[in-house]
This record gives sequence, structure tokens and C-alpha cells, in this order.
Amino acid sequence: MSGAIRFLLGNRLIEASDFDPQLTVLDWLRKNRHTGTKEGCAEGDCGACTVVVGDLAGDEIRYRSFNACIQLLATLDGRQLIIVEDLAQAGLHPVQQAMVDHHGSQCGFCTPGFVMSLFALYHENRPPGEQGIGRRQIDEGLAGNLCRCTGYAPIVRAARQALSVPADDHFSQAREQTVASLKQIQPTECLELEYENRSFFAPRSLDELCVLLAQHPDAVMVAGATDVGLWITKQLRVIDTLIYTANVTELQTLAIDKQSACLEIGAAVSYTDAMGALTDVYPDFRPLLARLGAVQVRNAGTIGGNIANGSPIGDMPPPLIALDARLVLRGIHGQRTLDLEEFFIEYGRQDLRPGECVEKILLPLPSAGQQFRAYKLCKRFDQDISAVCAAFALTLDKGTVASIRICYGGMAGVPARAREAESTLHGQSWTQAGLDGAMSALERDFEPISDWRASSEYRMIAAQNLLQRFFLETTRDEPVHLQAGAAT
Amino acid sequence: MNREASQKSTGAVHMDHAHDSAVKHVTGEAVYVDDMLEPAGLLHVYFGTSDCARGNIRQLGLDEVKALPGVVAVITAQDIPGLNDISPTHTLDEEILCSGEIHFAGQPLFAVAAEDRETARRAARLAEIEVEEEPAILDVEEALARKSWVSEPQEMRRGDAAAAISAASHRLRGELRTGNQEHFYLEGQAAMAIPQEDGDMLIYSSTQHPSELQHLVAATLGLSDNAVTVEVRRMGGAFGGKETQAAQWALLAALAAHHTGRAAKIRLDRDDDMISTGKRHDFRIVYEVGFDDDGRIEGLDVELAARCGMSADLSAAICDRAMFHSDNAYYLPTARIRSYRCRTHTVSNTALRGFGGPQGMMGIERVIDAIAARLGKDPLDVRMANLYGDEGRNITPYHMEVKDNVLHELMPELAETAGYHSRRDAIDAFNHDSPVIKRGIALTPVKFGISFTTTFLNQAGALVHVYKDGSIHLNHGGTEMGQGLFIKVAQVVADAFQVSLDQVKITATTTAKVPNTSATAASSGSDMNGMAALNAVRKIQKRLIVFAAEKYGVASESIQFVDGQVLIGDTLIPFPELVNEAYLGRVSLSATGYYRTPKIWYDRKKARGRPFLYFAYGAAVSEVEIDTLTGENRIRRVDILHDAGRSLNPAIDMGQIEGGFVQGAGWLTMEELWWDDSGAIRTHSPSTYKIPVSSDVPEEFNARIWQPGKNREPTIHRSKAVGEPPLMLAISVHSAINQAIASLAPDRPLPALDAPATPERILMCIRSVTDNGGD
Repeated sequence: MSGAIRFLLGNRLIEASDFDPQLTVLDWLRKNRHTGTKEGCAEGDCGACTVVVGDLAGDEIRYRSFNACIQLLATLDGRQLIIVEDLAQAGLHPVQQAMVDHHGSQCGFCTPGFVMSLFALYHENRPPGEQGIGRRQIDEGLAGNLCRCTGYAPIVRAARQALSVPADDHFSQAREQTVASLKQIQPTECLELEYENRSFFAPRSLDELCVLLAQHPDAVMVAGATDVGLWITKQLRVIDTLIYTANVTELQTLAIDKQSACLEIGAAVSYTDAMGALTDVYPDFRPLLARLGAVQVRNAGTIGGNIANGSPIGDMPPPLIALDARLVLRGIHGQRTLDLEEFFIEYGRQDLRPGECVEKILLPLPSAGQQFRAYKLCKRFDQDISAVCAAFALTLDKGTVASIRICYGGMAGVPARAREAESTLHGQSWTQAGLDGAMSALERDFEPISDWRASSEYRMIAAQNLLQRFFLETTRDEPVHLQAGAAT
Repeated sequence: MNREASQKSTGAVHMDHAHDSAVKHVTGEAVYVDDMLEPAGLLHVYFGTSDCARGNIRQLGLDEVKALPGVVAVITAQDIPGLNDISPTHTLDEEILCSGEIHFAGQPLFAVAAEDRETARRAARLAEIEVEEEPAILDVEEALARKSWVSEPQEMRRGDAAAAISAASHRLRGELRTGNQEHFYLEGQAAMAIPQEDGDMLIYSSTQHPSELQHLVAATLGLSDNAVTVEVRRMGGAFGGKETQAAQWALLAALAAHHTGRAAKIRLDRDDDMISTGKRHDFRIVYEVGFDDDGRIEGLDVELAARCGMSADLSAAICDRAMFHSDNAYYLPTARIRSYRCRTHTVSNTALRGFGGPQGMMGIERVIDAIAARLGKDPLDVRMANLYGDEGRNITPYHMEVKDNVLHELMPELAETAGYHSRRDAIDAFNHDSPVIKRGIALTPVKFGISFTTTFLNQAGALVHVYKDGSIHLNHGGTEMGQGLFIKVAQVVADAFQVSLDQVKITATTTAKVPNTSATAASSGSDMNGMAALNAVRKIQKRLIVFAAEKYGVASESIQFVDGQVLIGDTLIPFPELVNEAYLGRVSLSATGYYRTPKIWYDRKKARGRPFLYFAYGAAVSEVEIDTLTGENRIRRVDILHDAGRSLNPAIDMGQIEGGFVQGAGWLTMEELWWDDSGAIRTHSPSTYKIPVSSDVPEEFNARIWQPGKNREPTIHRSKAVGEPPLMLAISVHSAINQAIASLAPDRPLPALDAPATPERILMCIRSVTDNGGD
């Protein structure tokens, strides 16, 4: 054995060593008799295991919710883990009291997870007062927590009560002390853990990462573990070498590069962190991002991961390809840049060489007059995987299509552009008649499969109709789709 | 809500009380099976399953399973000392572990016990299994064609429906399919078995049916029932999914404990839980109806074909209940209701909240909507015209008199408070101006029969102790799965003794305290256990009164329990004081209580009787909108008025109403189970099977308990069962979606939208009624 991690559990310092790097936070908690945190699905889809992790952000602490079932214990190095048992001190925490007051629990099994999601919302910046938090904000904050008993109505009432006052609890009161404690345990160099034949590395620089990749070409890179976590919990895979990328400074880049007129998104930037920058640049990105996974998944998962795993149904590649994003790959021998769409060769195969990693995504800033929309279709509005995801970027020149890029997920083995449809539209006037031709052309672009998410037939009709929707939304003033969340 | 009694500190019934475990829930202190302190040397059990849907095992190669370090025991069908069967109705058609013939993909073939859970799971995947595959029957059509049944078809008849239909001025035929539903209890199946002396077994299980599990453990291990104790403090949700489905896993733990002499625990991974446990039955409903110009039904012929899966399980009773609810709230002058219970090579379908009732109601509500569309009437008018009425229009197809119908009052009140008529007009106007988004609204009622339709199950027991300090220990046969049964029964006890609720200790259900109990199911929990507990309290009170009357020299009629004290003549003495005096006077302060539901009977052969003590009623208005380009849909607003009788605990009942509705809405919209052509289920996790989340519940969700509600029958404090009925209020959502689709083609017959109304089904249904379909 070598190496150890240090983290705060509530306010207690924990030093953990000699553990399997594949050990999840949930299994560690339950093995240590912290049984308040429950396993509901072991794949990050039900939220029963929700915990909150506090991260140092300057002299503040940023509290975010995570699914403990697929979060690796080793990733807690230098952080604060808060679990349901930590909340009540002299009496119940305000979010707990609100849940009791509004009969927000029935069987109680999902309740600790809801309590922790509410706790994360409680510590989010929000305006005070009854009107401070809107229903959609509550729904987004709770979309990763399933409850089968209550029908959510009492939990929403509890959320309104608890979130109508500014955060004032023993965590906010102990902030300075916790900040000081966290500062003392911040990692400064590459973490290395060894356990039996398994190893875990958490490099801090891109150079370190590249060296490790060269030394361990079969290593699995992991950031949020929203995918790799399931290899462990469901497939029972044994991963000899894990390299954790989220501590690599360069991979956390999130900035506009004026020279290239691009938003640069480091591969390990979480969806949550990217959301602000992406929606600043492309406000129409937000509805899709807000429905990608749920808050726990967006806090952990990364845009780089969503690309690098090559899934045909990831929600990030279609909009990024439609917006002509490029990908920067990095290995020990240097850097190369390619169009994002070229990265996806075929189902299960990406243009990623041994020892290479995704370094960053280069997203061009919008050109003048460009119109952009991204839509996803699934059985459930929130936290579902797309049957079809569609993204459109259009520039008109006096009513004529100067440029259009259309990219779909769920229509082929990889996220793919609809080139036939694009060429049908290119240079033509943006009219219903022109659109009809493009909708037919989609049948030459794609032969989607049938599976549990949708039939081939539905996928095709829906893909065509999403193009129709885009046309309607670019030619009318009002949205032509159902609005998120509760209607009024 | 009924808050008028809340002034009285001891008047514990008809008041809001938080769930007894609410504080423990929010702090994480509530203990579920997997949270219990583990005994030393605990083994962890897992199981290996079949990949194919039907076949014969040629060879079960377990060498690698046994060889994995950490594996302590491997158990197959041959290692079962007693009976290898878990069929709840003694049909002997469902094995604990497969002895040779495979009947569904996901069937347990062997179990492995190991030092830790990961090793057990890993080992369970190492078997080399050779199977001779056989062609599987996977759907209702094929089962019907081959007459493949789990139990014989049933028919219920009143009058000559065929003649009435052919003589009617209008006739319609139609077909409707309703989908499966996964329970998705958040706590998966879990059990722990701890061997005792003499070979006895103590089981902790997340089960709705401790007595059945006790018996099955005994039968499996070759013991008598008295050698097995089953205890359950609480479940993390059940919904019918732990009525029969909890047994198999507890039995595997018991077998491992039996063979190793060590404690053994099993907890299913979510995916395996969804693959290997039963679901709500999917139905194909075919109807023919004859009706008059006002839309009044004259005759109905309905055929219900249910996919039961590989074994009978509870399918006979479930399909019976579907038949019992094929009328929902409507009088059928003539009716023929046929039911086919199809045996297929899929996991055995089982109880799920509503127990066949929802499927039966879906059929008749579709019939009503189709009649309204044919006649160009508001469906609400057709519903009102067909409601059960006074004498002459109050006999069900199973010849029971409906005497307690409140829908003539409840539905108009709901229509009024929800603004049904004006909103219907507003929706017409909206649809006229909105080419892509369409809206629909529907008001549908529920009439749900309360009692187990298997009459002998309608019995319950309780055990109440009063200790010398006046504190009370309450136990009964009902199990707590989140529905609030424990707090409701405690309220009954506190109210009867007139003590504060915190003096009543709620304790875990155990077969060692109350024997021979029925499953906590059929919404019967508080009706039956509440009465049984009250009966026990009355016995103790009677003894106390006799004692006090003698000791204080007063007439027993002048003794009353009031506000934590006992009034004896003119003297008030604290309850604990009298209790202690009674103890010193050698009075027994412990009693069992028992209750059997009166008045009910049913002759299944003749399909005739009074299977239900009473009916629970309710109605809901749902407004929805759909996107005609994609089939996406949202619920915009819901208004519910539900009859809980004189509610024991309005807050708890409201939880059942809101929660049941949302679970029903999930069943009818987004929840879809999907099997591939080989018979393997491919939606076995929350990433592929989607139950509602917070944003699926509309901002305007106005649920109310109907204030005049009072049970006509002498149930516990005149309350009504409330566990299942609200689920069926969600039929209004499906009906409203169909109305939204119908707005696209007003001159055509009612669209034939099946359930669940996923975006795909909605879009395809739209195309079938508009010219978009092409063909």
C-alpha cells in the first residue's frame, strides 16, 4: 500500500489509506456504519445516495450534490463530504424540519437523498423570500431524486419553506474554520494510491497526465465517473489503473480565447461549471443543458467525458458539432486538433490514439445573425437519455440559407450531421417548401435503429419534425414546443 | 382538512399527525433491512439467472463459482431440504431455484453465499450453463392462440349483453392496450436470515407478507411454522411488489443460513431486481358496447386478456379484480365480462397498487369516451348519465348492490371547483389558434371496491400491552411500507385509551406476536388492523373498568377514559395510576384483538356475491398539452376530490392521494417496459425505465379530501381505505391526452391511444387520425 487521501467528513478529518481505488463513496460510508445514505440503483439515476461535497473556492466553500454510488472515494482528497447524519445538530436542519412539516416522507428510503439535494439548494446563491425560488429551479434541483410515494407535491412545498430564508446553519457558521481545515488538506502533488494490483493517480498538470498515460497506456481516465462508475457497480469490471483527470489544472480551462474567437472548454470541466459560460455565449444552449442528466450528474460529469466515451446518444456532441466545434487532443508527443465530428469514426470507435487524451473543446463564438437551437426527445422531460437529440445552427442572408449545420444524436452509431438535408437547404430560401425537401432528405441521411427508447420509425419522423420545429421557431416570435416544468 | 378535533390533546383520530418515522426518515436514522447491525460472520448471498426465456438446463457448471476465493456455499435446487416452491396460491408452478425447466429470462438457477457481497455477485456470473432452448410464448396473442393459461378463463354475466347490444340504437367496438408497470420501490428486495437453536430461523425481510414468508421458510427448510419468525419494521416502499415477490430472496438467505449455520443477507442490485421480479400485468382489452341516444350503455361485452407471465402468482385474483372494475362507476344493464389469464415465458406478473382494478377501469373509461365522441357529447355528460343510481340502476355485473355511491354529489362539486366547463371552452379556443400544441381535459371518476376478494383473507390481529407505568406497546399484523399504517393504528389506540400519541410505542411487525396474518395489501391495512387493535384495547379497558368499579365502588357505566386520565365516578385518576393499581390487583394488562370484515361473500363459480364491504370514491380533472410534432406531453393542471370517509389522518391520506395519482400518471404516460424478441427485458434500470420526477407534477395540483365523506359501513371511525383508489384518478390524464389528439380530427371516431402514452405512441396516434399518416 502507498498513498493516502485526506478529507473532512462533516467537520472530522478522515485519513484513508489501504483501500481499493474502485471503492465508491457509498460503499465506504455504509461499511463504516453511516447507513443513512441509501443505495437505490447504484448507477446515479435515483438520487437515494445523494451526498454533498464542499470544495474550496478561494475563501468560500462551494457545496454541490453528488451520487455517492458512483463517486469514487479517492476523488474526495482535499474535500468536505457532508452526509445526512451531519445535518441535524441541536435540532433538525431547516431542510429536514421542512420535510417533516410538509409530510415530505412516506417510506423514507429516498428521503436522505432529497434532504441532501435540498441542503445543496439551501446553500446555493438565491434571492431570499417566498418568491426567491421558482418552481423550475426546485424541479431542476430535485430532478435527480426519485420518490415513488409522495408524488413530489409535499417535497416541493418543503423546498419552498426551507428555501425562503437565507442559508444560516452550522455549516455557514463554521465556514471560516472549515475553510482553514480544507486549506490544510489541499493536495499539492500527484496523488498515487496502490492497493493490491490496482493503482489510482490524480495528476495535477497536463504534463504529468501525459507521462502517466504513456506509462500506463491501458489506464482508464476518469473524471466524474458517471460512466466508469457503472463499469464498477454493474459490470463488476476490475480496472488496474485509474487516472483521475479532474485535478489537472489545464483541463479545467474555461475561457474565451479572443484570438481564435472560441470558448475553450477544458475536458474535465463539469457540465455545471460549463453551463454559465456556454449559456453566456449561446443562450439557447440552456434548455438542453438543464435537461442533461440531473444536477448530481452535471456536478460530476464532464463535457470532455461525454465526448471521449464516444456514445451515440450523448447530448453534448450534436450541438457542439452543429456549432462547428473542434477538439484538441494531447499526448506525450504533442497536440493535435480536429473537427469534433471527425472524432467519431463509428460506433464504439473514436480517433483517440493510445496515450492520448482529450484536452479541450474549442467552441466558435456565434457569428452575426446565427440562429441556434438544440432539442432533445425522451420519455421523461428531465433526467432521461435522448431517443433523438437534434441541433441546428443557421445563418440566413436575406432570407436565403447562407449556412446551416444540422447534427443528430440517436439517429446513427455516432452523433452525425445530416449532410443531405444540409445541402438541400444550402443557398435556398428558408421556406416551408424548401424545408419539406430537407425533411425528405433526412431519410437519405439516416437509418436509425429501433430499441427501448424509440422505434426506427418514430426516430425518423421525430427527427424530421424537429427540423420543422426549428423552422417554425426561426420564423415566428414564440416558442413552438412545450415549456419546461409546470405550466401556469 | 378535518382539523376541528385538533383542539383536544388526546383526540388522536381525524387529525393530521406526521408519519411516526418522519424525523428518523429525514435524519437517516430509520433502519431498513440492509442498515441493521450485521451479526458476526455474516454471509452475503447472490444468485445466477437464466439468459433464455424457455428451455431445459443440460448442465449447470458451477466449478468456477465454487472456486472463487471467498465463496462459502453454492446452493441449487437439489440443496433444498423441503419444498421448492413459492407459489402463493399453492399452484406449485414457481420454483425458488430452477430444477431443470426454465420459464423466463432472469429466472434464478442457483445461489452463492460468500464472505462479501461483491464476491457473491462476481461468483454468480461465473457459471457455465448449457441450455436446450425451446420456443417461448412471449405475448398475449400467442398465449390466446395456444390457450396457454395460468388459470382457467372466467366469465361474469348479467342479462343478455349480446341481445342488448344488437338491439341498441348505437354500437361501437374497440381495443385498448395498457402497459406493464414496475413498482420501483426505492428500497430493493432485501432479507437477512439468522439461524437459531434447534434449527429454527429468524428472518428480517422487506416484505408485505410476513406470515406467508414464515410459512414458506418453514416449508422450504422442512420445519413447522412455529420454528420460523419473520420480522419487518419498515419497507422502503412496496406497492404490491413485496407481497409475494419478497419471498424468493428471503428463502435464498434462509437456505444459505441453513446450510452454513451462519447469518446470511441478500440485497438485490436494482437491475437484477427489475429483471427477476414481477410487474403490473399488461392487458389487451377488447370491447363492444350498445348505447342509446343519450349515451346510456345498454349492453357491454368486454374481453380482458392479461399477460400473467410464467406462473399463477396472484394473477387469478388480479384478473378477477379487473373484471370487478370493468364497470368502474357505471351501471351496466347487461354485461358479459370475460377474462383470459395468459401464461407466457416472461417474469411472473404480480400485485401492484390497484391489483387489476386500473386495467379494468381503463377499459370502461375508454368506452365512455368513445360513446361521447360518437354522439358529439361532452364526455362528462355521458359519465354522469351512466353513473350507478337508485334502485333499478344499482346492481353490478357481479350482482352486488351499490348503496354508497357519492359520485352524484362529488363529481359536480369537482367540476364546479375545477372550472371544468369553462376550461373546456377555453381549450377549444386555444386549440383553434394553436396549430402545433394541443390541449385536452378530462374528468374521470373512481369507484374502488374495498376488501380482499378472496374472502378468507379479510381477517387481522393485534396485540396490545399496557405496562405498569401506563406506557403502551402496540403490535399488529399490518406492515409499514410508507403508507402511514403504523401512525394511523397508533392514533386509534391513543384515542381509545384517551392518552397522548407518544405513550403508544409502535413496534415491528413479527409473526411471533400476531400469527396467521394476511398481506398488508388491498388497501385494507388500517381498516382491518385498526379494528383489531381497537378490539384489543376494548378488552383491556373492560378489565380496567371492572377492576375500578369494584375497587372504587361505582357503577361501571360511570367510568370513562378522558384526556390521559380515568374518570371513576367523581374521581379523576391518572391513567398510569389506575394501570398500576390494576397490576397490583392482578389484572391482565395485555390482550389480543381480532377483526374479520363482516357481510362479505363471493361465489366465484357463479361470479356472484358481495365481494366488497364498501366502495371508495373519487374523481379527478386533468388538463394536458401535447406537442403534435413530437408527441411530447405535459400535465398542466390537476384537481382531485377524493372520498376518504372520515379520514383518520388527513395529512397521511393526502399523501396517498397525491402519491397514488402521480404513480398512476407515470403508469399511463412515461413508464414503459420493453422486452426484446428473445424475451429479455431491456428496461431494467432507472436509466431506461422512467418514473415521474418532480417536474412531471403540475404546479396547479389541487387535491382535496371530500368533506362530507363518511363510511356508510361501521369501519374504523367511519374512515375509508385510501391506499389504492387514488392511483386510478390518473386515468383522467390518459383520457385528456386522447382528447387533445381528438381535437385534430373532430369528425373522426375517438383516437385509439394505448397506454403508456409515450411521445412515440402519441405521435403515432396523431398520424393515425390525421392525414399525416400517409396510408
